[in-house]
Formats: sequence, structure tokens, C-alpha cells
Amino acid sequence: MSEGSMAAEALLASRPAVLRIVPPSRWWKLPIQELWAYRELLYFFVWRDIKIRYKQTAIGAAWAVLQPLLTMLIFTLFFGRLAHIPSEGLPYPVFSYSGLLPWMYFAAALQASTNTIVENQRLITKVYFPRLVLPISSVVSGLVDFGISFLMFVVIMAYYRMHPVWAMLWLPAFLVLALLTALGVGLWLSALNAIYRDVRYVLPFMVQFWLFASPVVYPASLMPAKWRWVYALNPMTGVIEGFRWALVGHGAPPIRLLLVSTGVVLAVLISGLAYFQKMETTVADVV
Amino acid sequence: MSDAVIRAEGLGKRYRVGERERYLALRDILTRAITAPFRNGNGRKNGRGADHIWALRDVSFEIEQGEVIGLIGRNGAGKTTLLKILSRITRPTSGFAEIGGRVGSLLEVGTGFHPELTGRENVYLSGAILGMGKVEIARKFDEIVAFSEVERFLETPLKHFSSGMQTRLAFAVAAHLEPEILLVDEVLAVGDLEFQKKCMGKMQDVSKSGRTIVFVSHQMNQIRRLCSRVLWIEGGAIREAGATAMILGEYESALSSGKSKTRRADGSYDAARFVRWSIESPDAGAPNLLNTLGAVSMHFTVEVTRRVKSGHHGIALFNSERQLMWAWATDEVELEPGLHDFRYTFPTLPLRPGSYSWQVSLWENGEALDLWDCLPDLIIATEVHQHPQDQWNGILNIPCELEIGRLTTA
Repeated sequence: MSEGSMAAEALLASRPAVLRIVPPSRWWKLPIQELWAYRELLYFFVWRDIKIRYKQTAIGAAWAVLQPLLTMLIFTLFFGRLAHIPSEGLPYPVFSYSGLLPWMYFAAALQASTNTIVENQRLITKVYFPRLVLPISSVVSGLVDFGISFLMFVVIMAYYRMHPVWAMLWLPAFLVLALLTALGVGLWLSALNAIYRDVRYVLPFMVQFWLFASPVVYPASLMPAKWRWVYALNPMTGVIEGFRWALVGHGAPPIRLLLVSTGVVLAVLISGLAYFQKMETTVADVV
Repeated sequence: MSDAVIRAEGLGKRYRVGERERYLALRDILTRAITAPFRNGNGRKNGRGADHIWALRDVSFEIEQGEVIGLIGRNGAGKTTLLKILSRITRPTSGFAEIGGRVGSLLEVGTGFHPELTGRENVYLSGAILGMGKVEIARKFDEIVAFSEVERFLETPLKHFSSGMQTRLAFAVAAHLEPEILLVDEVLAVGDLEFQKKCMGKMQDVSKSGRTIVFVSHQMNQIRRLCSRVLWIEGGAIREAGATAMILGEYESALSSGKSKTRRADGSYDAARFVRWSIESPDAGAPNLLNTLGAVSMHFTVEVTRRVKSGHHGIALFNSERQLMWAWATDEVELEPGLHDFRYTFPTLPLRPGSYSWQVSLWENGEALDLWDCLPDLIIATEVHQHPQDQWNGILNIPCELEIGRLTTA
């Protein structure tokens, strides 16, 4: 037997199951198995995004601290001191920073995921991988900056002599919620932007508007109770109020707000996944 | 269904044309929606009536494990679209395909490279994107770097690499992919000759290891060397499929009959046309096989329809890699209408054995009357004058004698 056919037989013996390539169907399902198979690629994309970001800026990691810090200072001056926005008994800097922490993560993740399909257009038209990996990696790579900003928050807490609270144990749960929110909206945006290219120009305005529609600068309690549930339809409401509660442990957890917001997050996430999958079937042809 | 590792049935791919020119913008969609009630309904130019083209239509074939298949066809025939469907980059519009193995697709060199990252980082990134795991890349890292010959620049950002270095590194990563099925799209056309040879060698290793390869190329010599079977795609459908030699022969004659600029679409020509060539009284019995290093004559037949005055005639000999071996020309060629025979006599043609092609041309007053890349190729099958242990390189095959004489005593 020749060398080639012996090798071929060995390969045949270890052959995996047959894969069928068919035209896109009406139904979609979440490719969990496939995503798990491509987890190393996800890791590499996250690694790539982080490496590139830090290579290109002179300030690098410092930006992850400076941005929330400076924003917090401006907010404290104008909203806290001059406008006297109530801050639920907390020092205003702590109040606003605890809201900025999840917010900045969310805004950065949206920015990254909106353009990710278009940015990686060359890749998408030359290699196969489940396209979901791209917005997921955009959302995950923001966690590094989040971690650095969080350390700054610990410094601020120390400055105001605030002790860590038991509620902090809930922090990972809220982080996951923030991630899912960013992912849900990110999926919609990246899919929309791949088809309608002007979405990314709308984004900065949208983020700006969303900032003021969320309890970053002011507390949710500012909203009259009657309308608070409408206010909670903004998924970031639940995330931010939840974060704030977990970080400083003031009062009762905002359960009702959380329930409404989480419901919205799940709806956005599921619909986002569906829309993204639909876009994926044609993306290589139109991007 | 047997050992088919790739099976396609009725694959079709339809693209929309025209409307693809402009990207859609949300504001356009919104504007259209808002102004819809105001339009008289006579305006939908680009709507339902958008044109479609079928890039692939009803393509069916089976590829067995371990086969190396060549995909040939003119540009735009649908070869890349077929590879994209088999790579799952794009979905078919109709039909289906079944793939029984891990697919690695090389549709482009340097997929995933980022200019800001270093050479080393790019190897990892590109390897991961092509489908290798981190452990696999680490294991092959040294081999990849050695193959690419860029050891010294591993830690420099890719943007400082020359394009040649980038290509070498990109191919080195791709060459070390070990999928069961490899789909290659014309990427072996890049790089200098030396590097191309290296890449071809690697391809041959891959095929020897029992893997299946589908290989798109415009270079017939590469197809000949690697592929056992060829699929000829034209206009989105399979025109012919079969053994390499046979299909390539048909393909080349189809190409060459349309090749001459001076030949019009209906086959008519102006003034002169080369019709055939042969070796004078070939020993080997085939009119294009040369097996002697001694004197040989070549005949080229020209058909002339109108008088040619002060014609310029050129002849060139190319090897299988399209390198020029020899060229010669003469002026003041005068031809009356009718058939003419150009007889070239050479005392010897000391070229190393292989496949060569003649190219003959006839010009008048600076205008080309005919330029013909002769078919069939000239096959030189002479006795080799080289030490059996020497690596076979060089262009010439010259018998020589060596005499060692003593000049002084110690």
C-alpha cells in the first residue's frame, strides 16, 4: 500500500460527522456547540482588540482610569454642586462614579460592537467562523477597561472611608447583566450597521441621549413612582441601580426596577440574536 | 455514496446585481417609507425588478478522500464562489453540499493579519483565524518561522515588513494548516519563483499525507503537477470534469484559439496565421517529443492570405514556469499568399528535460499579424548529463568532458 493511501485510511477512520451546507432556512437556533468549539478564536479576538487598543494610544491603560474619573469630576461640579441633584445620601462623586462604572462599560461595548462586522469585513469574506464571535468579543474586551476603572472606584471608596458591604457579593451577577445588556443591544447595532451603514453615525447621539435617560447623573427615585416602571423599560436603569446598590449597599435592593429591566434585557438579547443570525446568512454577500 | 468526502448536489448561488452598488442607509429607508404615500407608484426602478445573476447553477460533483482536484476556468466563472460555499463563508441559494471533515480555506494570503501587531503575534492570530488551536500554533511555531525566513523580524510590527515578507509569513502560517480538506484559491500565484516552488513543495507534502485538496489556479503547470482530476467551471456550471491531462488539453486549446489579438471572434484573421508546428522527423514518434541532443530542425507552418512585405518574425522558447529560455527575430520577411514553412535548424537544444513552449509571431510595420503560443508543448526527454547525486537545478543540459592534469609536483 502506498504511503498516501495508508495515511488516507488513517484519516478516514478518524473522520468526524458529515456537515451539511444548505441554503438558509426560516428558523434559527443558537449555535451553542459551535460557539464553544470556536472559544479559542473568541479569546484571540479579545486579545487582539485589547493589544491593539493599548498599542495605539500613548496613554493606554491610564485612559481606562482617566475617562470615568474626569467625567465624574465634571458631573460632581455641575450636577452635584451647582445643580444640587440629590444623590440618595451618598457623596456625589461616589454616587456618580458608581453609575459611570457600568455605563462606561456599556457605551464602550456598544461603540466596539456596532462597527465590528464592517471592520472585519475582509475576514468575514475569506474565512468561516460563527459571526457571533465578533460582537461577543467586542463586549468581552470591554471588561478589561472595566476592571481598571473598578480599581479606581476602590480608591474612591477608601477616600470617603466607606466600607465594603455584603451586597458586593452580588456584583458579579450585575456584571453579567450589564454584559448581557451590552450584548443584546450590540447584536442589534452590529447587524443593523452591516446593512445600513449610517447606523454608526447615529450611535454617538444615541449614547448621549441614553446617558441622560439612565440613572447615572441622578437617582431613579427622582422619577415619580407612577412612571418608574416605564423608566425601568430602559434596561440600563436596572443595571445601574443594581450596580449602585451592590457597590454601596444603601437601602433595599431595587427589585421591581430590576425585574422590569431584566425582562427587557432578555427580550432585546433574544431578538438581537435572531436578527443577527438572519443578517449572518447574507452578510458575506453584502458587506 | 462511498468515500466521497465532499459531495455537492445542484449547488446554486444567485446574486443581486445593480442594487448592490450603494450601501443602504437607514435614512433612505425612512425617507422612502415617509414619502411612499406621496409617490404615484410609477417609480420603483430598483425594487422588485432588480437583476439577478446566477454565479453558480446546478453544480454537482463528488470528491473522494485524498484526491487533489483542480478547479479551472476563466475569471468570473464561479470558482471562487464555489470555494466560498464549500468554506461556509456564503450560503447557497439552492442545492446542498456535504462535507466530511475539517475544512481549511486559503482564499487569501494574510487573512487576519493586523499591521500594528508584531510578526509573532500575527502568526498566532492568523493561525487561530484559520482554525488552529493555540497549542497547535505553539507546537508548529518554529517550523512556521523557519519556512517564512523572517526570524529576525519576529518582534517588529507587521507594518514594517515588506510586502514580500508579509506574503511569506502569511503563506508559512497557511501552509502549516492541517485540515482534512484544504481549499486553495490562487494563492500560490504570489511571491517570487523561489518561494512559489517552496509552497508547491508544501502542497505536495499535504497531498501525500492523504488530505483532500481543491485547488484553484490559472497556472496550468501547477495544476498538472498537483492534481489528478480537474473540474472545468464555465459560466457557473461544470463544463467538463475528468483526468487532468485530458481536460487541460481541451482547456488550453479552447483558450489558445481565442488568444490571438489579431484573430477576430468569427475565426477570420488578417494576412497571416500560424497553423501548426512539429519537429522534423522526430525519433520518438511524436511530433513534439525531442529526445536527442544532436542537430534538430523545427517546422512552423504559416497560412498567408495577402502579401506580407517587410515582415518581422520573432520566435521565443519558454519553459514550464514561463521563463524565457531563448528568443530570436529577423526582419525583411516577405510572404506571398499561400502556405509557408518556416524551418529552424539547431545544432543542439541542450535544455534540461521538461515541458517547453514555443511562441512565434509575425509583424508588419509595427503591427502584429499573429502571435501564437504554440500547442502542443515541446517535450524534451533527453539523456541527463548530471551527477546522479547533484540536486537537479539549472537550465542547461550539456554533455562535457573533464580532464585533470598535473601542473606541479608537491
